[in-house]
Amino acid sequence: MRQSFFDEGILDQQFSQLEQLEEKGNPSFLEQVFTMYFNDSTRVLATVEQAMGETDSLDIGEVDHVLHKFKGSTASVGASKVLSEIINIRKLLGEGDLQGAEVAFQELRKEYDNLKAKLELYFQQLREAGPAETASAPHPK
Amino acid sequence: MAAQGRHGGKKSNKMTALVVDDNTVNRMIHHRLLDNLGIENVAVVNGKEAVDIHCSGKTFDLILMDMDMPVMNGIEATRQLREMGIRSMIAGVSTRSMEREIREFIEAGLDDYQEKPLTMSKLISIIHKING
Repeated sequence: MRQSFFDEGILDQQFSQLEQLEEKGNPSFLEQVFTMYFNDSTRVLATVEQAMGETDSLDIGEVDHVLHKFKGSTASVGASKVLSEIINIRKLLGEGDLQGAEVAFQELRKEYDNLKAKLELYFQQLREAGPAETASAPHPK
Repeated sequence: MAAQGRHGGKKSNKMTALVVDDNTVNRMIHHRLLDNLGIENVAVVNGKEAVDIHCSGKTFDLILMDMDMPVMNGIEATRQLREMGIRSMIAGVSTRSMEREIREFIEAGLDDYQEKPLTMSKLISIIHKING
């Protein structure tokens, strides 16, 4: 399952960097990082969705600021597809294309939900398999 | 690693670092990167807290400074720390890519700048500059 994340471009080498920070015999750091990322992201996505729903009073600068911070944490966890969508929305907002940005936000949502679902399943499998499962995982291409 | 020279001698041989970042994910990752290198570290959530912790008398060999933070950003915090006479290695870490913004950050008093995400190799290159 892990290799499919890289093959599908969902995660990049930054994810591998985080895996290397795991303590031997206690592989919970990676899951803790993503739990925190998902907790933060829930708030971010709700904020952006609400702001973009209020097109008459949309503060593009504020939304861009929120997305900029989201971009930072997304890059830090190696979520490359989500990162691409964030960059795309910011570009469209910068061009004043609100309709395009709304469509792009739906794409972001889709990629984020896909990432979350797959990683939650992956971490569940890791917990069930135990520490040995992570020791011999292949590397990204 | 010995912590000497840059800001005066220290009794402990263990290097110390301050992580300054408003993002919980980044703080967690930077903390772990430093831990894995055996570097004692604490984290604060904005530039004002970075300045305040130094006002309380604490010093660090290394400061990892984010740029965009509420209350006080990294540019202002770096400027104030330098005005206070803090000579620690300050490495700016940010996702900003505009040359103008990075230049402003560097001119505030950085010793190094690394683009996020911070990796072990980037961190090691920063630390080599402390010892170099």
